[in-house]
Amino acid sequence: MNDPVKFTEDTVFDLGRYFRFQWEPAQQGHVLLYPEGMVKLSGSAGEIMKRVNGSATVKSIMEDLEKTFPGVDLRGDVTGFLEVAHGNGWIRVKQA
Amino acid sequence: METAGSESSRPEISHPLWLLAEVTYKCPLHCVFCYNPVDYTRYGPELSTADWLKVLRDSRAIGATQLGFSGGEPLMRDDLEILVTEARKLGYYSNLITSGVGLTEKRIAAFKEGGLDHIQLSFQDSTREMNDFLSSTKTFELKSKVANLIQQYDYPMVLNIVLHRMNIDHTWEILEMAEAMGAEYVELANTQYYGWALVNRDQLLPTREQLKRAEEATNNFRARVGSKMKIYFVVPDYYADRPKACMNGWGSVFITVQADGTVLPCHEARMLPGLTFPNARDHDMKWIWYDSPGFNTYRGDAWMKEPCRTCPEKVKDFGGCRCQAFMLTGDATNADPVCSLSPHHHIVTDAVEKAQQPGQRVTVHPIVFRDDKSSRELSKRSEHATATPV
Repeated sequence: MNDPVKFTEDTVFDLGRYFRFQWEPAQQGHVLLYPEGMVKLSGSAGEIMKRVNGSATVKSIMEDLEKTFPGVDLRGDVTGFLEVAHGNGWIRVKQA
Repeated sequence: METAGSESSRPEISHPLWLLAEVTYKCPLHCVFCYNPVDYTRYGPELSTADWLKVLRDSRAIGATQLGFSGGEPLMRDDLEILVTEARKLGYYSNLITSGVGLTEKRIAAFKEGGLDHIQLSFQDSTREMNDFLSSTKTFELKSKVANLIQQYDYPMVLNIVLHRMNIDHTWEILEMAEAMGAEYVELANTQYYGWALVNRDQLLPTREQLKRAEEATNNFRARVGSKMKIYFVVPDYYADRPKACMNGWGSVFITVQADGTVLPCHEARMLPGLTFPNARDHDMKWIWYDSPGFNTYRGDAWMKEPCRTCPEKVKDFGGCRCQAFMLTGDATNADPVCSLSPHHHIVTDAVEKAQQPGQRVTVHPIVFRDDKSSRELSKRSEHATATPV
């Protein structure tokens, strides 16, 4: 586990070292793959991870999600998921 | 994920997650604790490149995501680059499990280019390598060179060291060696007693004291290095009283394809009498996984005897390992004798008690090295060549 992450709307996250994010047809869901293991992501987690690309800020991820899923307040979900994902090493803060 | 149910019916079959490709049994090393089948010299010719590509495609189509290239020494196949490249295209997360012997810069560059995700460097002969490390001689130099290549090509530095009676007292020095190589993950895997390791069990099983000291050394080392190196210590199951959930259940997540194309639910299952396992040359992976008799034999719990059948833990441990049950009790449907509830548990505790003679060679027969000559002799010894300790 990594230390709790402090981040702002301007923070940019990238995929953790050695992790791969992809769609698994057999699972009908997104997964994170790493040495000898796999995390199956929920639908909403998959949507967030799809947007973690080493260039999008947290703010732009939220805006893009709101555009895709209008009328749904996802801010709490996004923040909560990014904290968990960072804690597990799935994502890392991209250094400017 | 569907697990073996509590009712005695054929369970719903989940899709596989793991494919272990034992691409060759050729190996430049002769480790006495190798889990490979002792009768590998009896096996037919290796699969061709085209056969392997088909195995990769078909296994991926039914859901396998994690792929291990193993052996033998997988680097002995000169088409490994082709297989690695195809694996990446298919979407596998691929792992190369290697001793590093034969890993040149040219090859690792091709693996990186092809999309290999991960390399696990095994210390097949850690006693000698450890000695060499202390005296800065050649095996250690080779390993260091390979370790540098792994880092240079931005792979995580993952070391696997097999522990046994003859090297376990050097756990601290082994960890120092791993640290000197810049390891990020270290697996200290106590020998599991299959294949060659079972033949040599009396020479390899550590004493309880040795195990305790090794765990202490590991904990002290963890405290010293902190988070920069993650150390896993895998206890030998002979010293456990609950059986391991072998392969997460038979035919549940795991496929092994052997060098000659035989497809198994675990690395060892070929030894089990009365079962036939299909060959990837003759059948497609979908039929093999879902419909072949071999993969269905120990799915679910209809096959279980007491004490497993009515045991509340059967959903967690699936009765342990079928192969260990067969090797030690002669019947694969018995509970794994590692389990303290097994009527055969004394077989394991007897072996453990026999091992409690520190510093003494507890057997009279010489240790058997994994090589073709010994394999041919062991093959002759029994029709099924089960590797019972001699």
